[in-house]
Amino acid sequence: MNRSLLIPLFVFALAISCTLRGDTDAEVQARKDALDVAAAFSNDGFKIRDGHWCGTVKPHEHSLVAVNLYAGNQYWFSAGATQPAKKIAVSVYDETGKQMTADNYDNGEKAAAGFAPTNSGEYFVSVDLVEGESSPFCLVYSYK
Amino acid sequence: MIRLALLGVIALAGTISVTFGEETGRISADQMAKAAMSDTISIPTPGELFAALGKVGKINWAGQYRGPIPVTYRNRAQIALNLGGLIADGFIAVEAKDGQQVKNIGADIIKLAKALGVSEKLLGRGSSINEFAENNEWDTLQEELEATQNEVKSSMQSHADQDLVILVTLGGWIRGTQVVTSAIVQNYDERAAKVLRQPALVHFMGSKISEMSPELRDEPLVKNVSSELTKLEKLVSFPPGKAPNLDEVRKINETVSKLMEEIENKESPK
Repeated sequence: MNRSLLIPLFVFALAISCTLRGDTDAEVQARKDALDVAAAFSNDGFKIRDGHWCGTVKPHEHSLVAVNLYAGNQYWFSAGATQPAKKIAVSVYDETGKQMTADNYDNGEKAAAGFAPTNSGEYFVSVDLVEGESSPFCLVYSYK
Repeated sequence: MIRLALLGVIALAGTISVTFGEETGRISADQMAKAAMSDTISIPTPGELFAALGKVGKINWAGQYRGPIPVTYRNRAQIALNLGGLIADGFIAVEAKDGQQVKNIGADIIKLAKALGVSEKLLGRGSSINEFAENNEWDTLQEELEATQNEVKSSMQSHADQDLVILVTLGGWIRGTQVVTSAIVQNYDERAAKVLRQPALVHFMGSKISEMSPELRDEPLVKNVSSELTKLEKLVSFPPGKAPNLDEVRKINETVSKLMEEIENKESPK
Protein backbone atom coordinates (compact mmCIF):
# COMPACT_ATOMS: atom_id res chain seq x y z
CA MET A 1 0.00 0.00 0.00
CA ASN A 2 1.21 3.49 -0.84
CA ARG A 3 2.79 5.16 2.20
CA SER A 4 1.05 8.47 1.51
CA LEU A 5 -2.27 6.65 1.90
CA LEU A 6 -1.15 4.90 5.05
CA ILE A 7 -0.57 8.09 7.03
CA PRO A 8 -4.18 9.40 6.88
CA LEU A 9 -5.39 5.82 7.43
CA PHE A 10 -3.15 5.56 10.49
CA VAL A 11 -4.54 8.84 11.87
CA PHE A 12 -8.09 7.66 11.19
CA ALA A 13 -7.54 4.23 12.78
CA LEU A 14 -6.00 5.76 15.90
CA ALA A 15 -8.89 8.21 16.23
CA ILE A 16 -11.33 5.29 15.98
CA SER A 17 -9.40 3.29 18.57
CA CYS A 18 -9.61 6.25 20.99
CA THR A 19 -13.36 6.32 20.51
CA LEU A 20 -13.61 2.59 21.17
CA ARG A 21 -11.60 2.98 24.37
CA GLY A 22 -14.01 5.61 25.62
CA ASP A 23 -11.67 8.60 25.46
CA THR A 24 -13.49 11.93 25.54
CA ASP A 25 -14.33 13.74 22.30
CA ALA A 26 -11.90 16.49 23.24
CA GLU A 27 -9.08 13.97 23.75
CA VAL A 28 -9.87 12.29 20.44
CA GLN A 29 -9.72 15.67 18.69
CA ALA A 30 -6.50 16.64 20.50
CA ARG A 31 -4.92 13.35 19.52
CA LYS A 32 -6.01 13.77 15.92
CA ASP A 33 -4.45 17.24 15.87
CA ALA A 34 -1.21 15.91 17.35
CA LEU A 35 -1.12 13.15 14.73
CA ASP A 36 -1.79 15.67 11.96
CA VAL A 37 1.32 17.59 13.00
CA ALA A 38 3.38 14.39 13.37
CA ALA A 39 2.19 13.15 9.96
CA ALA A 40 3.88 16.12 8.30
CA PHE A 41 7.24 14.95 9.68
CA SER A 42 6.63 11.44 8.32
CA ASN A 43 7.35 12.82 4.87
CA ASP A 44 10.90 13.34 6.08
CA GLY A 45 11.24 9.76 7.26
CA PHE A 46 10.15 10.20 10.87
CA LYS A 47 8.31 7.14 12.20
CA ILE A 48 5.35 7.86 14.48
CA ARG A 49 5.32 5.84 17.69
CA ASP A 50 2.13 3.84 18.27
CA GLY A 51 1.46 5.51 21.58
CA HIS A 52 0.23 8.78 23.01
CA TRP A 53 0.03 10.68 26.23
CA CYS A 54 -3.03 12.75 27.06
CA GLY A 55 -3.72 15.14 29.91
CA THR A 56 -4.87 18.65 30.69
CA VAL A 57 -2.84 21.79 30.08
CA LYS A 58 -3.32 24.34 32.84
CA PRO A 59 -2.17 27.95 33.19
CA HIS A 60 1.29 28.35 34.78
CA GLU A 61 1.82 24.61 35.02
CA HIS A 62 4.11 22.29 33.04
CA SER A 63 2.51 19.03 31.93
CA LEU A 64 5.55 16.76 31.96
CA VAL A 65 6.23 13.26 30.67
CA ALA A 66 9.53 11.36 30.92
CA VAL A 67 11.01 9.89 27.73
CA ASN A 68 14.16 7.87 27.10
CA LEU A 69 16.04 8.97 24.00
CA TYR A 70 19.07 7.72 22.09
CA ALA A 71 22.01 9.86 20.97
CA GLY A 72 22.16 9.86 17.18
CA ASN A 73 18.39 9.79 16.65
CA GLN A 74 16.25 12.79 15.82
CA TYR A 75 12.86 13.28 17.46
CA TRP A 76 9.73 15.39 17.00
CA PHE A 77 7.28 15.72 19.90
CA SER A 78 3.92 16.87 18.55
CA ALA A 79 0.99 18.04 20.64
CA GLY A 80 -2.56 19.13 19.98
CA ALA A 81 -5.05 20.73 22.37
CA THR A 82 -8.66 21.79 22.03
CA GLN A 83 -10.53 25.01 22.85
CA PRO A 84 -10.52 26.89 25.20
CA ALA A 85 -6.72 26.54 24.82
CA LYS A 86 -5.61 29.10 22.25
CA LYS A 87 -1.88 28.55 22.15
CA ILE A 88 0.34 25.77 23.48
CA ALA A 89 4.09 25.11 23.41
CA VAL A 90 6.24 21.98 23.59
CA SER A 91 9.68 22.01 25.22
CA VAL A 92 12.36 19.42 26.04
CA TYR A 93 14.46 19.30 29.23
CA ASP A 94 17.41 17.08 30.10
CA GLU A 95 17.75 14.97 33.24
CA THR A 96 19.13 17.95 35.21
CA GLY A 97 16.08 20.03 34.34
CA LYS A 98 17.88 22.25 31.82
CA GLN A 99 15.85 23.26 28.78
CA MET A 100 17.30 21.89 25.55
CA THR A 101 17.78 23.76 22.31
CA ALA A 102 15.00 22.63 20.00
CA ASP A 103 13.32 23.44 16.74
CA ASN A 104 9.83 24.65 17.51
CA TYR A 105 6.66 24.57 15.47
CA ASP A 106 3.79 26.68 16.78
CA ASN A 107 0.32 27.02 15.34
CA GLY A 108 -2.14 28.01 18.04
CA GLU A 109 -3.41 24.88 19.74
CA LYS A 110 -0.93 22.70 17.81
CA ALA A 111 2.78 22.72 18.58
CA ALA A 112 5.87 20.55 18.23
CA ALA A 113 9.49 20.44 19.33
CA GLY A 114 12.25 18.82 17.27
CA PHE A 115 15.28 17.60 19.17
CA ALA A 116 18.45 15.63 18.41
CA PRO A 117 20.07 14.49 21.70
CA THR A 118 23.84 14.27 21.92
CA ASN A 119 23.57 12.11 25.03
CA SER A 120 21.37 9.05 25.50
CA GLY A 121 19.19 8.91 28.58
CA GLU A 122 16.15 10.40 30.23
CA TYR A 123 14.57 13.65 29.06
CA PHE A 124 11.35 15.42 29.96
CA VAL A 125 8.86 16.77 27.46
CA SER A 126 6.67 19.61 28.62
CA VAL A 127 3.37 20.75 27.13
CA ASP A 128 2.50 24.26 28.28
CA LEU A 129 -0.52 26.50 27.94
CA VAL A 130 0.63 29.85 26.52
CA GLU A 131 -2.77 31.43 25.91
CA GLY A 132 -6.33 30.42 26.82
CA GLU A 133 -7.85 28.25 29.51
CA SER A 134 -7.29 24.71 30.83
CA SER A 135 -7.94 22.15 28.09
CA PRO A 136 -7.31 18.50 27.20
CA PHE A 137 -4.21 17.83 25.11
CA CYS A 138 -2.46 14.87 23.54
CA LEU A 139 1.21 14.29 22.72
CA VAL A 140 2.70 11.83 20.24
CA TYR A 141 6.28 11.44 19.13
CA SER A 142 8.18 10.39 16.08
CA TYR A 143 11.81 9.52 15.45
CA LYS A 144 14.33 8.73 12.75
CA MET B 1 19.92 17.72 10.80
CA ILE B 2 16.50 18.19 12.35
CA ARG B 3 16.28 21.59 10.65
CA LEU B 4 16.32 19.85 7.29
CA ALA B 5 13.12 18.15 8.34
CA LEU B 6 11.53 21.56 8.76
CA LEU B 7 11.53 21.93 4.99
CA GLY B 8 9.02 19.16 4.91
CA VAL B 9 6.63 20.88 7.27
CA ILE B 10 6.47 24.23 5.55
CA ALA B 11 3.10 23.02 4.31
CA LEU B 12 1.84 23.28 7.89
CA ALA B 13 0.58 26.78 8.45
CA GLY B 14 2.39 27.94 11.55
CA THR B 15 5.53 29.49 12.90
CA ILE B 16 8.77 27.61 13.01
CA SER B 17 11.53 28.91 15.19
CA VAL B 18 14.81 27.62 16.53
CA THR B 19 15.96 28.47 20.03
CA PHE B 20 19.69 28.62 19.35
CA GLY B 21 21.62 28.10 22.52
CA GLU B 22 19.25 30.17 24.61
CA GLU B 23 18.90 29.15 28.23
CA THR B 24 15.16 29.71 28.32
CA GLY B 25 14.15 27.79 31.37
CA ARG B 26 14.54 25.02 33.89
CA ILE B 27 12.32 22.58 35.67
CA SER B 28 12.88 21.56 39.26
CA ALA B 29 13.80 18.14 40.66
CA ASP B 30 10.36 18.03 42.22
CA GLN B 31 8.69 18.64 38.84
CA MET B 32 10.84 15.92 37.25
CA ALA B 33 9.95 13.47 40.01
CA LYS B 34 6.26 14.10 39.37
CA ALA B 35 6.53 13.71 35.57
CA ALA B 36 4.25 11.11 34.05
CA MET B 37 5.69 7.78 32.90
CA SER B 38 3.79 6.05 30.15
CA ASP B 39 4.59 2.60 28.82
CA THR B 40 3.96 3.65 25.22
CA ILE B 41 5.76 7.00 25.40
CA SER B 42 8.46 6.69 28.06
CA ILE B 43 9.83 3.33 26.90
CA PRO B 44 11.58 3.31 23.53
CA THR B 45 11.03 0.48 21.05
CA PRO B 46 13.90 -1.78 19.96
CA GLY B 47 13.47 -0.04 16.58
CA GLU B 48 14.55 3.27 18.10
CA LEU B 49 17.63 1.68 19.62
CA PHE B 50 18.58 0.03 16.32
CA ALA B 51 17.95 3.28 14.41
CA ALA B 52 20.45 5.07 16.66
CA LEU B 53 23.04 2.32 16.25
CA GLY B 54 22.59 2.32 12.47
CA LYS B 55 23.56 6.02 12.32
CA VAL B 56 27.16 5.27 13.22
CA GLY B 57 27.96 2.76 10.51
CA LYS B 58 26.77 -0.21 8.55
CA ILE B 59 25.60 -3.01 10.83
CA ASN B 60 25.45 -6.66 9.79
CA TRP B 61 21.90 -7.12 11.08
CA ALA B 62 21.52 -10.62 9.61
CA GLY B 63 24.63 -11.60 11.59
CA GLN B 64 22.64 -10.84 14.77
CA TYR B 65 19.94 -13.46 14.15
CA ARG B 66 19.56 -16.28 16.67
CA GLY B 67 18.17 -19.74 16.10
CA PRO B 68 14.45 -20.44 16.52
CA ILE B 69 13.28 -20.50 20.13
CA PRO B 70 10.72 -22.94 21.58
CA VAL B 71 7.18 -21.60 21.41
CA THR B 72 5.76 -24.17 23.80
CA TYR B 73 6.60 -22.63 27.18
CA ARG B 74 4.07 -23.17 29.95
CA ASN B 75 5.18 -20.49 32.36
CA ARG B 76 3.35 -17.21 31.63
CA ALA B 77 6.20 -14.98 32.82
CA GLN B 78 8.60 -16.83 30.56
CA ILE B 79 6.21 -16.54 27.61
CA ALA B 80 5.89 -12.78 28.18
CA LEU B 81 9.68 -12.30 28.33
CA ASN B 82 10.17 -14.36 25.16
CA LEU B 83 7.39 -12.52 23.40
CA GLY B 84 9.25 -9.26 23.99
CA GLY B 85 12.46 -10.87 22.74
CA LEU B 86 10.73 -12.08 19.58
CA ILE B 87 9.34 -8.63 18.87
CA ALA B 88 12.91 -7.29 19.10
CA ASP B 89 13.94 -10.06 16.66
CA GLY B 90 11.24 -8.75 14.31
CA PHE B 91 12.83 -5.29 14.40
CA ILE B 92 16.23 -6.86 13.64
CA ALA B 93 14.80 -8.67 10.60
CA VAL B 94 13.24 -5.38 9.44
CA GLU B 95 16.65 -3.67 9.75
CA ALA B 96 18.12 -6.56 7.72
CA LYS B 97 15.27 -6.10 5.19
CA ASP B 98 14.70 -9.85 5.31
CA GLY B 99 11.05 -10.53 4.44
CA GLN B 100 11.16 -14.29 5.07
CA GLN B 101 12.72 -13.82 8.51
CA VAL B 102 10.08 -11.20 9.40
CA LYS B 103 7.34 -13.66 8.39
CA ASN B 104 8.89 -16.50 10.44
CA ILE B 105 9.19 -14.29 13.50
CA GLY B 106 5.67 -12.91 12.98
CA ALA B 107 4.31 -16.46 13.04
CA ASP B 108 6.20 -17.23 16.28
CA ILE B 109 4.92 -14.01 17.88
CA ILE B 110 1.34 -15.03 17.15
CA LYS B 111 1.92 -18.56 18.54
CA LEU B 112 3.36 -17.21 21.80
CA ALA B 113 0.68 -14.53 22.08
CA LYS B 114 -2.02 -17.16 21.64
CA ALA B 115 -0.43 -19.23 24.40
CA LEU B 116 -1.09 -16.25 26.68
CA GLY B 117 -4.68 -16.18 25.49
CA VAL B 118 -4.45 -12.66 24.12
CA SER B 119 -6.87 -11.16 21.63
CA GLU B 120 -7.93 -12.90 18.44
CA LYS B 121 -7.35 -9.57 16.71
CA LEU B 122 -3.68 -10.48 16.71
CA LEU B 123 -4.32 -13.00 13.97
CA GLY B 124 -5.08 -10.05 11.72
CA ARG B 125 -1.78 -8.48 12.72
CA GLY B 126 -0.02 -11.67 11.60
CA SER B 127 -1.57 -11.35 8.14
CA SER B 128 -0.58 -7.69 7.92
CA ILE B 129 3.00 -8.50 8.89
CA ASN B 130 3.14 -11.10 6.10
CA GLU B 131 1.66 -8.72 3.57
CA PHE B 132 4.01 -5.86 4.43
CA ALA B 133 7.00 -8.24 4.43
CA GLU B 134 6.09 -9.54 0.97
CA ASN B 135 5.84 -5.96 -0.30
CA ASN B 136 9.12 -4.87 1.36
CA GLU B 137 7.32 -2.12 3.29
CA TRP B 138 9.96 -1.83 5.99
CA ASP B 139 8.83 1.40 7.66
CA THR B 140 5.26 0.16 7.85
CA LEU B 141 6.51 -3.14 9.27
CA GLN B 142 8.21 -1.29 12.13
CA GLU B 143 4.91 0.44 12.93
CA GLU B 144 3.06 -2.89 12.66
CA LEU B 145 5.48 -4.60 15.04
CA GLU B 146 5.06 -1.86 17.61
CA ALA B 147 1.28 -1.94 17.16
CA THR B 148 1.37 -5.73 17.65
CA GLN B 149 3.36 -5.31 20.85
CA ASN B 150 0.91 -2.66 22.11
CA GLU B 151 -2.05 -4.86 21.26
CA VAL B 152 -0.52 -7.78 23.17
CA LYS B 153 0.01 -5.50 26.17
CA SER B 154 -3.45 -4.01 25.95
CA SER B 155 -4.98 -7.48 25.75
CA MET B 156 -2.94 -8.56 28.79
CA GLN B 157 -4.30 -5.59 30.73
CA SER B 158 -7.87 -6.51 29.91
CA HIS B 159 -7.17 -10.12 30.96
CA ALA B 160 -5.90 -9.01 34.38
CA ASP B 161 -2.36 -9.90 33.33
CA GLN B 162 -1.14 -6.36 34.01
CA ASP B 163 1.99 -7.68 35.74
CA LEU B 164 3.11 -9.46 32.59
CA VAL B 165 3.12 -6.29 30.49
CA ILE B 166 6.44 -5.07 31.84
CA LEU B 167 7.97 -8.49 31.14
CA VAL B 168 7.17 -8.11 27.43
CA THR B 169 8.90 -4.70 27.47
CA LEU B 170 11.79 -6.09 29.45
CA GLY B 171 12.26 -9.10 27.15
CA GLY B 172 12.48 -6.71 24.20
CA TRP B 173 14.97 -4.47 25.96
CA ILE B 174 17.20 -7.40 26.98
CA ARG B 175 17.26 -8.87 23.47
CA GLY B 176 17.76 -5.43 21.89
CA THR B 177 20.63 -4.67 24.25
CA GLN B 178 22.19 -8.07 23.55
CA VAL B 179 22.19 -7.35 19.81
CA VAL B 180 23.46 -3.79 20.13
CA THR B 181 26.26 -4.66 22.55
CA SER B 182 27.26 -7.61 20.37
CA ALA B 183 27.48 -5.33 17.30
CA ILE B 184 29.51 -2.75 19.26
CA VAL B 185 31.89 -5.40 20.60
CA GLN B 186 32.47 -6.66 17.04
CA ASN B 187 33.32 -3.16 15.81
CA TYR B 188 33.83 -0.76 18.72
CA ASP B 189 32.90 2.86 18.10
CA GLU B 190 32.58 5.36 20.92
CA ARG B 191 29.60 7.09 19.25
CA ALA B 192 27.74 3.80 18.99
CA ALA B 193 28.53 2.91 22.61
CA LYS B 194 26.80 6.11 23.76
CA VAL B 195 23.39 4.57 22.99
CA LEU B 196 23.86 2.22 25.95
CA ARG B 197 23.42 4.94 28.57
CA GLN B 198 19.89 4.22 29.87
CA PRO B 199 19.91 4.20 33.72
CA ALA B 200 16.42 5.73 34.11
CA LEU B 201 14.88 3.21 31.73
CA VAL B 202 16.40 0.23 33.54
CA HIS B 203 15.43 1.71 36.89
CA PHE B 204 11.84 2.17 35.69
CA MET B 205 11.59 -1.47 34.54
CA GLY B 206 13.10 -2.63 37.85
CA SER B 207 10.58 -0.59 39.80
CA LYS B 208 7.71 -2.12 37.80
CA ILE B 209 8.94 -5.60 38.74
CA SER B 210 8.91 -4.56 42.41
CA GLU B 211 5.22 -3.66 41.99
CA MET B 212 4.31 -7.16 40.73
CA SER B 213 2.29 -9.60 42.78
CA PRO B 214 4.49 -11.44 45.31
CA GLU B 215 3.73 -14.80 43.61
CA LEU B 216 5.01 -13.64 40.24
CA ARG B 217 7.94 -11.75 41.74
CA ASP B 218 9.02 -14.90 43.59
CA GLU B 219 9.15 -17.06 40.47
CA PRO B 220 12.78 -18.13 39.96
CA LEU B 221 13.09 -16.62 36.47
CA VAL B 222 11.52 -13.29 37.45
CA LYS B 223 13.61 -13.19 40.62
CA ASN B 224 16.78 -13.71 38.65
CA VAL B 225 15.84 -11.18 35.97
CA SER B 226 15.12 -8.66 38.71
CA SER B 227 18.45 -9.25 40.42
CA GLU B 228 20.39 -9.02 37.13
CA LEU B 229 18.51 -5.82 36.30
CA THR B 230 19.92 -4.20 39.43
CA LYS B 231 23.44 -5.06 38.19
CA LEU B 232 22.58 -3.85 34.70
CA GLU B 233 21.36 -0.51 36.02
CA LYS B 234 24.88 0.12 37.35
CA LEU B 235 26.46 -1.08 34.11
CA VAL B 236 24.46 1.37 31.96
CA SER B 237 24.92 4.32 34.34
CA PHE B 238 27.78 6.47 33.13
CA PRO B 239 28.04 10.27 33.11
CA PRO B 240 26.39 12.17 30.24
CA GLY B 241 28.82 12.56 27.36
CA LYS B 242 30.93 9.59 28.41
CA ALA B 243 30.78 6.38 26.39
CA PRO B 244 31.50 2.97 27.93
CA ASN B 245 34.81 1.46 26.80
CA LEU B 246 35.06 -1.89 25.02
CA ASP B 247 35.44 -3.87 28.26
CA GLU B 248 32.41 -2.19 29.77
CA VAL B 249 30.33 -2.94 26.67
CA ARG B 250 31.54 -6.56 26.77
CA LYS B 251 30.45 -6.80 30.41
CA ILE B 252 26.93 -5.58 29.55
CA ASN B 253 26.81 -8.04 26.65
CA GLU B 254 27.83 -10.96 28.88
CA THR B 255 25.19 -10.05 31.46
CA VAL B 256 22.31 -9.73 28.99
CA SER B 257 23.42 -12.81 27.00
CA LYS B 258 23.38 -14.93 30.15
CA LEU B 259 19.92 -13.60 30.97
CA MET B 260 18.68 -14.22 27.43
CA GLU B 261 19.93 -17.81 27.61
CA GLU B 262 17.96 -18.34 30.79
CA ILE B 263 14.83 -16.71 29.34
CA GLU B 264 15.00 -18.96 26.27
CA ASN B 265 15.77 -22.12 28.23
CA LYS B 266 12.80 -24.48 28.05
CA GLU B 267 13.52 -25.96 31.48
CA SER B 268 14.22 -22.65 33.18
CA PRO B 269 11.33 -21.86 35.53
CA LYS B 270 9.53 -24.45 37.66
